[in-house]
Amino acid sequence: MTTWLPVLPVVAPLLGAGFATILRHRVRGQRRLALGAAVVQLAGAIGLLAVVWRSGPLALRMGGWPPPFGIVFVADLLGATMAVITGLIGTAVVAYARADASRRAELDGFYPLYLALLAAVAGAFLTGDLFNLYVWFEVMLAAAIGLLLVATRPAQLDGTLKYALLNLIGTTFFLVALSWLYGLTGTLNMADLHLRVPAVENRGAVLTAAMLLVVAFGAKAAVFPLFFWLPASYHTPLASVSAVFAGLLTKVGVYALLRVFTLVIDGAGTPIQTVLCWIAGLTMLTGVLGAASQQDIRRILSFHIVSQIGYMVLGLALYTPLGIVGSIFYVVHHIIVKANLFLVSGVVERLGGGGDLRQLGGLYRRDGVLATLFAVPAASLAGLPPLSGFWAKLLLLQASLAAGYWALAATALVVGLLTLFSMTKIWNEAFWKDAPATLPGGRLSSERRRLLLAPIAALAAVTIAIGLWTQPFLALAERGGATLLDPKPYLDAVREASP
Amino acid sequence: MDSAYAAVVGIVMACAVYLLLDRSLPRMALGVILLSAAVNLGIFVAGRLSRQRPPLLPEAVDRLAAEAITNPLSQALILTAIVISFGLTALLLVLVLRTGRELDTLDVDALRISEPPEDGAAH
Repeated sequence: MTTWLPVLPVVAPLLGAGFATILRHRVRGQRRLALGAAVVQLAGAIGLLAVVWRSGPLALRMGGWPPPFGIVFVADLLGATMAVITGLIGTAVVAYARADASRRAELDGFYPLYLALLAAVAGAFLTGDLFNLYVWFEVMLAAAIGLLLVATRPAQLDGTLKYALLNLIGTTFFLVALSWLYGLTGTLNMADLHLRVPAVENRGAVLTAAMLLVVAFGAKAAVFPLFFWLPASYHTPLASVSAVFAGLLTKVGVYALLRVFTLVIDGAGTPIQTVLCWIAGLTMLTGVLGAASQQDIRRILSFHIVSQIGYMVLGLALYTPLGIVGSIFYVVHHIIVKANLFLVSGVVERLGGGGDLRQLGGLYRRDGVLATLFAVPAASLAGLPPLSGFWAKLLLLQASLAAGYWALAATALVVGLLTLFSMTKIWNEAFWKDAPATLPGGRLSSERRRLLLAPIAALAAVTIAIGLWTQPFLALAERGGATLLDPKPYLDAVREASP
Repeated sequence: MDSAYAAVVGIVMACAVYLLLDRSLPRMALGVILLSAAVNLGIFVAGRLSRQRPPLLPEAVDRLAAEAITNPLSQALILTAIVISFGLTALLLVLVLRTGRELDTLDVDALRISEPPEDGAAH
């Protein structure tokens, strides 16, 4: 039973996607199926995490080929944790989509595409093979393009084109880097690469491949200067779609950076580290400054994704154990908070008739619960104690000060302050100030309101839980980070992979 | 042969970049197609170039010199990459077509619907 666990979080939504395609015209069946598949993914991932926590990384090889030759799936603590978060966001957003997705969107194939996206994200987190990672990237891209386009409006076409073109070019870079690495080492298995890359004599070629990977993953993660597709597209589709994108997609890029530049190519002390440091600082700054000039709630949040990605790269760029721990903790915290903020913004847009802050107002008076539920992830994003964001930022600050990167620590602090400013701006404009006389807003039936607010409340509860019971989550990040820096258990698991 | 091959890859890549820098969407789509073609050709080199020697062991021989045959795995990688890029290219072309029909323009500079110019301080 346990031997099959590593593929369960991928297989469940993938099968769901297939069956949902068969049920094309039966929307109600699709809804149940999608929820079921997401719940199975979550349950499988939790089981996987429990097993990995108890007895170390699990590996599974495909088609009976022994590890360096065939494709392996490996679940170490980081991968299993990310799979759990994927399941959590997947379940929460699919529950939200029930009330958010219009009938047109559902008939356009929202559910099959959504499940395919979940499968691809989980696959990227659990694979132990670089080429397989590339394949999951492309599956993710195809599903994402489809999701951006359900119930098409003109703005969606425009945003999707930019998204599609820039991401296609990004994954092409990934492919080039793969062929370099393969030519140099003769393998694409991550554990095998870990052993062979240090033996390559032509360090220049390794560095070139590494830089190509920085570009490929950086484009996926939306780091400076490769982030322009993100604020162009994330505010155009359904709120459910932007929530799942904001939570999961860019984090796949961050995860790939974390995995590849610790396990496959050790970047410590090489030019890779310098590049990552610069990327981290500039990403934090440009993201938050871009947000300051925006007036649309979802566009502000989009720019904040970019800025927060900078923090996660910062933890990696330090290459200290504490930095990596901070980075992992930040990713987990951020996925939950950011997806939740986009879910809230969807309700705000429904109530206020649009996302333009200048035309919103008075929402605190109209729906106090919604306002409170916005305040939790917003304060967490800005790093106010005792919420999860505070601990995440604290860890990264400590790590960068301990490593002597004063400028990066200062940047992180200033950006935190500016994030608070941005969140206050949304709070003031949308919730606190008086409603404009001509509020075009719509009404929500109490049934729909309940369906929309329940997943938001659940995710907010997780944010508070991480803030108040930090220790278990910190222990998880610590052990996950330890496996990244000293991957012996990972390598052993791959060598003994069960067929 | 290797240098001739490298030159071909370089030329295809240069054409791809030239097309990608264009403002017209169909040309950019062509650029993406050529780009993936150039990359696929490039992967060939990772598995060594040689002609007409199948990667099969003759009977009673259990290993061959590395130079004797080409590596079949990189060709398998190319096949996978071709299939994927075929699918995504089809998707991209449909997207370009829809955009051209519904928005009545194929000039990327005119595509500012999702990002209206007046709030584009970051652009």
